[in-house]
Amino acid sequence: MGELLINNAGVPVLAYQLVSLIIFFAGIYGFFTRRNLMMMLISVELILNAADINFAVFNRYLFPGEIDGMFFALFTIAIAACETAVAIAIIINVYRNFGNAEVDNLKKMKG
Amino acid sequence: MSYFDNFLIMRSEVSLLTVILFLLLFDIIAGKKGKKYFQPVAILLFALHTLTNLVPAVAGEAFGGMYQYHPVMTIIKTMLNVATLIIFLQSKHVFDGNEMKNQRGEYYFLTLSTLLGMYLMISSGHFLLFFIGLETASIPLATLVAFSKHCKKSAEAGAKFILLSAFSSGILLFGISYLYGTTGSLYFSEVSTQISHNPLQIMAFIFFLSGLFFKVSFVPFHLWTADVYEGAPTNVTSYLSVVSKGSAAFVLMTLLFKLFGNYLYEWQTLLFWIIIVTITVGNLFALRQQNLKRFLAFSSISQAGYIALGIISGSVLGMTTVIYYIFVYIFSNLAAFGVISAIESRTGKTDIPDYKGLYQTNPKLSFVMMLAMFSLAGIAPFAGFMSKFFIFSAAAQQGFYLLVIIAVVNTIISLYYYLRVVKAMFIDQNGQPIPALRTDSWNRASLILCTTAIIFVGLLGFILDMIEKQSFGI
Repeated sequence: MGELLINNAGVPVLAYQLVSLIIFFAGIYGFFTRRNLMMMLISVELILNAADINFAVFNRYLFPGEIDGMFFALFTIAIAACETAVAIAIIINVYRNFGNAEVDNLKKMKG
Repeated sequence: MSYFDNFLIMRSEVSLLTVILFLLLFDIIAGKKGKKYFQPVAILLFALHTLTNLVPAVAGEAFGGMYQYHPVMTIIKTMLNVATLIIFLQSKHVFDGNEMKNQRGEYYFLTLSTLLGMYLMISSGHFLLFFIGLETASIPLATLVAFSKHCKKSAEAGAKFILLSAFSSGILLFGISYLYGTTGSLYFSEVSTQISHNPLQIMAFIFFLSGLFFKVSFVPFHLWTADVYEGAPTNVTSYLSVVSKGSAAFVLMTLLFKLFGNYLYEWQTLLFWIIIVTITVGNLFALRQQNLKRFLAFSSISQAGYIALGIISGSVLGMTTVIYYIFVYIFSNLAAFGVISAIESRTGKTDIPDYKGLYQTNPKLSFVMMLAMFSLAGIAPFAGFMSKFFIFSAAAQQGFYLLVIIAVVNTIISLYYYLRVVKAMFIDQNGQPIPALRTDSWNRASLILCTTAIIFVGLLGFILDMIEKQSFGI
């Protein structure tokens, strides 16, 4: 198992895991603290990218004979792009209706 | 097996895709005269699609196991079809008016696209197809929620929905990535055999389930529901609360059964607490709502808790009763939404106090609304009673007596707020009730269909037998 975790260049898989975890929790932190819709969207993208890194790393290090993980990452990138496009369209609509894209304005409905 | 046979296995998707493409081309090519017939053509085509996919086929799989077909999927897909058809009937009058006239092509196209996504999600045998289906189901739904371009509430609801749904699918995806890392496969059949109690896998399992719980709107993940339901156009709200929720609940059940069978004890404990919180919080918040759409949002949260009662049993009876519950829930909820939609499009009113004295002016609509409320509350002769009874018996059979008692107590609490609507319509006095209005014939047909179903589905025992024959447990 120990040999599996280190590739020729000497970067262990755990290093990549650390990067993806940091990106993931940065995304979650950003989603909860940012007050602007665009920044929240960017935070969500960080979460999706963290998952993509995981897929690529797991595929490359743990299951090098297959290509499932890489494909999944590719599909996810495409789907995330669709999601971003729709989200930006909706944010533009919010901007037109409210005059800005701050979350604090979105409080017409409560209770 | 030839390629053509592969396509035959997924024929429900292929025929739905044909309908979607035809409607898209029809909307683009047809002139002003042709567009007058757009909605009847769309509804009839979709009815045809429903009829052609009525009979279950033999179980099989396509594309190397990515797409899996089981006869029970035909049943749930037919239910989603029927629900969508009823919603189309109810939304025709919305798009006949001048205001929304130019948007009707988009409405049908987007609704059917989300339905296609749900189909894929239901039949997936691989995480990739599952994720694509999930996103195909939720991205067009966000555009539908933000459908009224100039309505502030709709824009707000759309923003809330797309951000939270993207957030939850991000967490779900992160969970899938760890499942892949620990098992080395993305096929459900291979992953399920390698599920063990390794900590990373349990974390992945929790992340994955949180994403799904968001779609079904169980309680810690329910915060988007009320705002989105209130802000979305009424026909989209009914779609969200019935089709989207029904398909998500079914997918949650099949995944827990097929994929996480080894975690039976873990997810039963998890669901145990979630059910208690979901039913109770849904009920308590529904008590204090004035807006009818918001009220039905919280009612649908607590109904999701009841659906989970069938899931937790993990047995054949559990799956049967969940499907039956969704079937009955479709008609009860859509009857209520049909009345709300008819009244909102004429008067713009959606608050419960506005419904005071409705019986004096619109006796038929009040009657349908009353039946819907009785069925949602589970009062004896109607279908809602039977479905609640069966789902309680499924949970009790596996020994969850405490859970059933809590659920029954909550049913009694829920009677209060369902009957509040009935009281407003029949007993309360109002000097200026909503004037008498005439619904268009399409909406009337949908209301008649729902009413008949509410009264008679509970009495027809063969439906339950039919579902039970195709169901499977862990």
